[in-house]
Amino acid sequence: MIDFPLARLQPLPAAVYAALGLKSGGSPSPRSAALLQRALELFRENSEPRGICEPVAAGEFAGIYAGRGQNAPDTPLTGIFQRAASLHLFAFTLGARISHAIGLLFEHDDFALGAVLDAVASVGADNAGRIAAEWAERQVAAENSAAADRAFLYSPGYCGWHISGQEKLFASLRPERIGISLNTSFLMNPLKSISGVLVTGTAAIHRFSTVYPFCDQCKSPACRERATARPA
Amino acid sequence: MKILKQIAQCLETGDDAAVPPLVSQALAEGLVPKTILDEGLIAGMNTVGERFRIHEIFLPDVLMAARAMYAGMDILKPLLIRSGISSRGRVVIGSVQGDLHDIGKNLVGIMLKGAGFEVIDLGNDVGAEKFVAAAKDHGALAIGMSALLTTTMPVMKEVVDRLKAEKLSDRIKTIIGGAPVSKGYADEIGADAYGYDCAQAVAGVKKLAEAVG
Repeated sequence: MIDFPLARLQPLPAAVYAALGLKSGGSPSPRSAALLQRALELFRENSEPRGICEPVAAGEFAGIYAGRGQNAPDTPLTGIFQRAASLHLFAFTLGARISHAIGLLFEHDDFALGAVLDAVASVGADNAGRIAAEWAERQVAAENSAAADRAFLYSPGYCGWHISGQEKLFASLRPERIGISLNTSFLMNPLKSISGVLVTGTAAIHRFSTVYPFCDQCKSPACRERATARPA
Repeated sequence: MKILKQIAQCLETGDDAAVPPLVSQALAEGLVPKTILDEGLIAGMNTVGERFRIHEIFLPDVLMAARAMYAGMDILKPLLIRSGISSRGRVVIGSVQGDLHDIGKNLVGIMLKGAGFEVIDLGNDVGAEKFVAAAKDHGALAIGMSALLTTTMPVMKEVVDRLKAEKLSDRIKTIIGGAPVSKGYADEIGADAYGYDCAQAVAGVKKLAEAVG
């Protein structure tokens, strides 16, 4: 079992400010900084973190990854997962209560706090992916003494993996067990949830050139996968 | 007028407690609601919007200003309605069918209200038929649609196509936005405008309002 302590899920201020669009080197107003502190309190009060993670063989994952056949013709993950030391299907949610809290803030015209809490929750959910990745790295290290292995989470909807891939991922992992469901657009409910495959292997297998057509349209150039892929 | 400058300044600092008494004071001094709206509240929001555009302030500051504007509008709105003064126009907004994300759409709505538009927010998971019906019912000048998923983006095209089929595209314009949406996609489906963020969306709606007249 992976433990998701709130202290580790809770985002660093810089990550929240970046998610809210504060430019690098910019400094938030004192009132914005105070809002963040309040949002972090609400995050701690309203988060109900739950996650599941299960190993999957490369052959089985190939079928899951193929999904409905709507992936981009060429994707980086195709070459990455086949060279992995281990693969784990993963899903995590912060629960419904935090989304409800965000909605209430907007209903009561507290837009600023609502937006900051939304950003805190989004970054917090992403942090769960990093916690799970570190867990996967430890698993591989314990089994193979391969301490240098790195794990990253790859998710449907990103890097050419069509979002309809959620369907087969859910059929295999059954995140309904922790309260996550999919709608007809393959969107997870509760909203502050993440899913995907944790790929553990040498750092080298995660590197890829960002030359794919979808890389041009990507609005998250600092995403984990691409940040890893870029030369220093 | 000093009082109008004070209102605008309080708005810029997001002081929502100070704005209502200042608005009441301005009314007591004999200023008409429309002047207070235009030269106090909207003037302040325009400054905030411009400072946001050039990255002098960031989103929470804008939203605190918006809350202060709403506090002032609570007092002015009944007076404006009684005086028969209309907004800059109505805009129907929503997140498209299949999409439950609404933060971005909410932010656009807040900013549009701050710019003097009347916003009819249909919420999330809104189908093409509902967008068009609401725009017709409310006499909207534009429909603003948000999508966070590539799978839900086709609803935007359905709305554009429906407006064309019903020969409404001259008087009801469309503006789209959201993470997977681009200017290229807006052009491809025939949407009238694209907003990269909430500031661009407001600027886009202002242009559409001028075009519709």
